[in-house]
Amino acid sequence: MDDSTLSLVLFSGTDDKLNAAAVLTAGAAAMGRKVNIFLQYWALDAFRADRVLKDHGVAPEAGADGAEAYQRHGGQHWSEILRQAKGIGDVGIHACSLSMEMFGLRVEDLDPLVDDQEGVASFFMDVDGPVTFI
Amino acid sequence: MTTVNIDRSIDARGMPCPGPLMSLIGAIREGEVGTVIEVLSSDEGSKTDIPAWITKAGHEMVETVEDEGFTHFIIRKAR
Repeated sequence: MDDSTLSLVLFSGTDDKLNAAAVLTAGAAAMGRKVNIFLQYWALDAFRADRVLKDHGVAPEAGADGAEAYQRHGGQHWSEILRQAKGIGDVGIHACSLSMEMFGLRVEDLDPLVDDQEGVASFFMDVDGPVTFI
Repeated sequence: MTTVNIDRSIDARGMPCPGPLMSLIGAIREGEVGTVIEVLSSDEGSKTDIPAWITKAGHEMVETVEDEGFTHFIIRKAR
């Protein structure tokens, strides 16, 4: 069994991609894998404390039918899935300092799911295999 | 169906992947060793995920029973 860290860079801020990332995180955490997440650009924007639950839409490839299927499927919000994953495993969520600066954000402005902000080299301190970019 | 005494039943029907597994993990954490937990799930992913997690986490699958559109998973907390 491979027990390496799951390293995810979240770039996209649409609900479908964030949900896919949250599901991967929960599965990895359940199977005892450490998860290391770096939030950049639009994904970081979606983690603002005052916006986390707002409608962030879906990726353009969804089209109208795909968007409707996503809404209809329902299920838990991605932020709740991430909260559960943090509850059962070792899941670190870090804000990219470059994106934080771009948006003029402080860690206090983000949902408490985010542990801290760090530079890209610090993120790679915890990377021990491939990095998945979503 | 089994005659084992079920201590706690979780109705996770309608919850998509990975909801039923996450609910099970929460219940396992809260229970004492020996506790028997039943999860009802209509999620297809649970059919592979729950057995995989049970093996990984070292618990015991007492029984799985197919029902109409959902599955009963009966698990004993082993450690």
